[in-house]
Amino acid sequence: MVTCINDALVPQTGRAVVTLLRRLGVDVDFPEGQTCCGQPMVNTGYLDEAVPVVRTFVRAFEGYDAVVTPSGSCAGCARHQHAIVARRSDDPAFVAAVEETAPKVFELSEFLVDVLGVEDVGASFPHRVTYHPTCHSLRMLGVGDRPLRLLRAVRGIDLVELPGAEQCCGFGGTFAVKNADTSVAMGADKARHVRSTGAEVLVAGDSSCLMHVGGLLSRERAGVRVMHLAEVLAAQEGT
Amino acid sequence: MNAREEILGRVRAALEGAPPPPVVEPRSVVEPRAVVEQGAQRPISRDHSATDLVDLFAERVADYTATVHRCTADEVEAVLTELLGDRTTVVPPGFDRAVPHPVEDTGLTPTELDGIDAVVTMATLGIAETGTIVLTHGPGQGRRALSLVPDLHVCVVREDQVVPGVPDAVTALDPTRPQTWISGPSATSDIELDRVEGVHGPRTLRVVLVAGDA
Amino acid sequence: MPPFPEAARIALANTQLRTNLAHATATIRDKRARVVAEVDDWEELRTAGAATKDRVLLDLDTHLVRLEESLIRAGATVHWARDAEEACRIVADVAKAHHVDEVVKVKSMATQEIGLNEALAQEGISAWETDLAELIVQLGDDLPSHILVPAIHRNRAEIREIFLAGMARAGRPAPEGLDDEPAHLAEAARLHLREKFLRAEVAVSGANFAVAETGTLVVVESEGNGRMCLTLPQVLVSVVGIEKVVPTWADLDVFLQLLPRSSTGERMNPFTSTWTGVTPGDGPQEVHVVLLDNGRTRALADEVGRQALRCIRCSACLNVCPVYERTGGHAYGSVYPGPIGAILNPLLRGVGVDDQVDSLPYASSLCGACYDVCPVKIDIPSVLVDLRAQVVDAHRGGVPRPEAVAMKAAAATFRRPGLLRAAERLTRPGLAVVRRVGASAWTGARDLPPAPKESFRAWWKRTDGGRS
Repeated sequence: MVTCINDALVPQTGRAVVTLLRRLGVDVDFPEGQTCCGQPMVNTGYLDEAVPVVRTFVRAFEGYDAVVTPSGSCAGCARHQHAIVARRSDDPAFVAAVEETAPKVFELSEFLVDVLGVEDVGASFPHRVTYHPTCHSLRMLGVGDRPLRLLRAVRGIDLVELPGAEQCCGFGGTFAVKNADTSVAMGADKARHVRSTGAEVLVAGDSSCLMHVGGLLSRERAGVRVMHLAEVLAAQEGT
Repeated sequence: MNAREEILGRVRAALEGAPPPPVVEPRSVVEPRAVVEQGAQRPISRDHSATDLVDLFAERVADYTATVHRCTADEVEAVLTELLGDRTTVVPPGFDRAVPHPVEDTGLTPTELDGIDAVVTMATLGIAETGTIVLTHGPGQGRRALSLVPDLHVCVVREDQVVPGVPDAVTALDPTRPQTWISGPSATSDIELDRVEGVHGPRTLRVVLVAGDA
Repeated sequence: MPPFPEAARIALANTQLRTNLAHATATIRDKRARVVAEVDDWEELRTAGAATKDRVLLDLDTHLVRLEESLIRAGATVHWARDAEEACRIVADVAKAHHVDEVVKVKSMATQEIGLNEALAQEGISAWETDLAELIVQLGDDLPSHILVPAIHRNRAEIREIFLAGMARAGRPAPEGLDDEPAHLAEAARLHLREKFLRAEVAVSGANFAVAETGTLVVVESEGNGRMCLTLPQVLVSVVGIEKVVPTWADLDVFLQLLPRSSTGERMNPFTSTWTGVTPGDGPQEVHVVLLDNGRTRALADEVGRQALRCIRCSACLNVCPVYERTGGHAYGSVYPGPIGAILNPLLRGVGVDDQVDSLPYASSLCGACYDVCPVKIDIPSVLVDLRAQVVDAHRGGVPRPEAVAMKAAAATFRRPGLLRAAERLTRPGLAVVRRVGASAWTGARDLPPAPKESFRAWWKRTDGGRS
């Protein structure tokens, strides 16, 4: 599950996931029937509108052993919110189908560490990097330090701690536009912390948060790149 | 319909189709928390000697910048004399230790109490983990106003009155008595979260912790 | 009050406010984290706290009737108030029965919620706030901006100005030469309020807990102003939300551990007072308790939202909230700000009527920090999402808002992969998603990422999944 944001705006994330998983011996497929997890509708309150989107999700992914997504937020939506949407439909078959697919959805770092049992994915990335744990992976999914364990095993990486790492970057889905001023104020503080680390690259597990903080860093001409965790784990620079 | 009936009716309507109330599991007895000293934990266990608890109580009271004066039963009056000095001190009925300048509580008005420097009381129990003393305002402790209006409160607690934690205190206390739980002197953090000791209650709290029978 | 986004914009422009808030919330967050880490059964306590509150809420009529019986047995007079107006009327009548033109008050969220001070003023009765922060707010003609630290938005220099200007109008003037040292400001408050405490005949309080089994009320506080009000006047009126009931005295064990550590970040707050009706010869000899609904039964009827009634007003959620930290409490337009306010206000008042209330469930990035620290495990993010759906549903049927049109369009695209593919082709460089949620609000301060040459979907098809 590539996610709609990655599909349209950050396709390199999806390509990195494919590279990474294939390198680890996973049989990767991209069911073309997939679109979006439905989170933009659910979190904005449009449950009726989310029903067909979640149906499309379930239809696209039923029958697979695992659904891997490079997004804590989308994995969180599938695991915790699809059931709410299904109940809204009053369709028992749909509720049952969601119960079937939801537990098979994994955020990338969960899949690598818990399902594949690897921490060293054979990456090499000789750069100064700081990591922002996104809220939904941290608090909704509880991925803990899995992403950091994966990053620490990357050859050549200079991983520096991000001050105030666990505070939200301010993206928050439609919050970023409905409450744009507050969102930007939060993001500006995050960007300031990122700059204070002297990192060349800000890494996170959600492209949406990266777009938000990256957009601020770019506007500030901070000279810090943003990259998805998958891209760093797929990298084999200088090998 | 009167307000009572209407509110109760609204409650019942609101709960139509609601799940049954959960059964609340009794919680296991909790060990008193460890003392944390510069990052290292010194465990305090229920099975350890009572000394541990009393030490913990004394440490935790002192954490609130209340001073703790440990003594034997024979030394109490000397300690009180030293702490109270030449202050006028209201003495609740049933407080049987001599103090230097006692004032009897003859139903003093708040304004009269405000003219007295200090108050001395016993306590019902002390809570080790939180450094709290609890008054239930019976004999030796006085009505609530006595330990409130004067600026210095000297409280005599016996070591055998110290219980490990809040659960032990709640179990031991009688809810029908008025209670005042005191954890350090009056304090506020209302200005820039800067802790200031002393606003309205007694600004100074001194705990006399008595070994053996007081 | 303007809707949250507009109110927030004004607050965000106030750099003094943001500095004060950032300092204060960071301080209290650290304190809380330290004392919570000491407690190894913290999670067990949270679970017990939540379960005990649920036990009460799901059987609230039984517990209320029991509380009433216990209170009457202990010599208290019990009143029931359906709404704010009725509650204020009851308090005013008690004051008038004693022919007083002033009452002293313990800080209480319930009395703020019902606008008691303003209602009493209409009757010619002055209600003096006695908590230091409430005094700062009252003398400054201001509104509280935090549940626990209502003057969190003010720094010491501002407080000095407020005292110098305001104390003389309300009673004893501020001492001459008052500087902005917090200890000196507190001393000024002590002197100013002491004369009010000593002469007061009627006091008004709330209660943190009301024990159904015994009729015992509990007030936790720090300064001793609560003890002054609860002890010295001969008449005491306590306004208590109907959700404040706990079943038994023994249940307080859990809450007296959860509350101080969550709110002020102390092992125990300086003073906790408990009283059970009237104690002859000690404290008030006439005790009234007003049981207040004012929207609580509406919240109770909300299957998802009723958990908000577990709230013990510790304000831990405010201190960790990244939105609150930037905007402060006034932006929420209610005495209940922050994450809990964002759910409690719509639950108490209902959605679909007032744009300001309807904006509150959206005043969150859903980061979930509030849920992590809540001592009674209120799943605030889930309630927010549910309330958003209620807001949307309440507006269905009328003229659709631009957002609703965009959401319908997005959903229509997302339900059909073929349409999405076409949309991606058409709107290359592929900004379909962001365009839909409002590109201009985005690009005001943020750049968009460079446009990709092709979508992932197109790449997968072109390269046979990267194999060619």
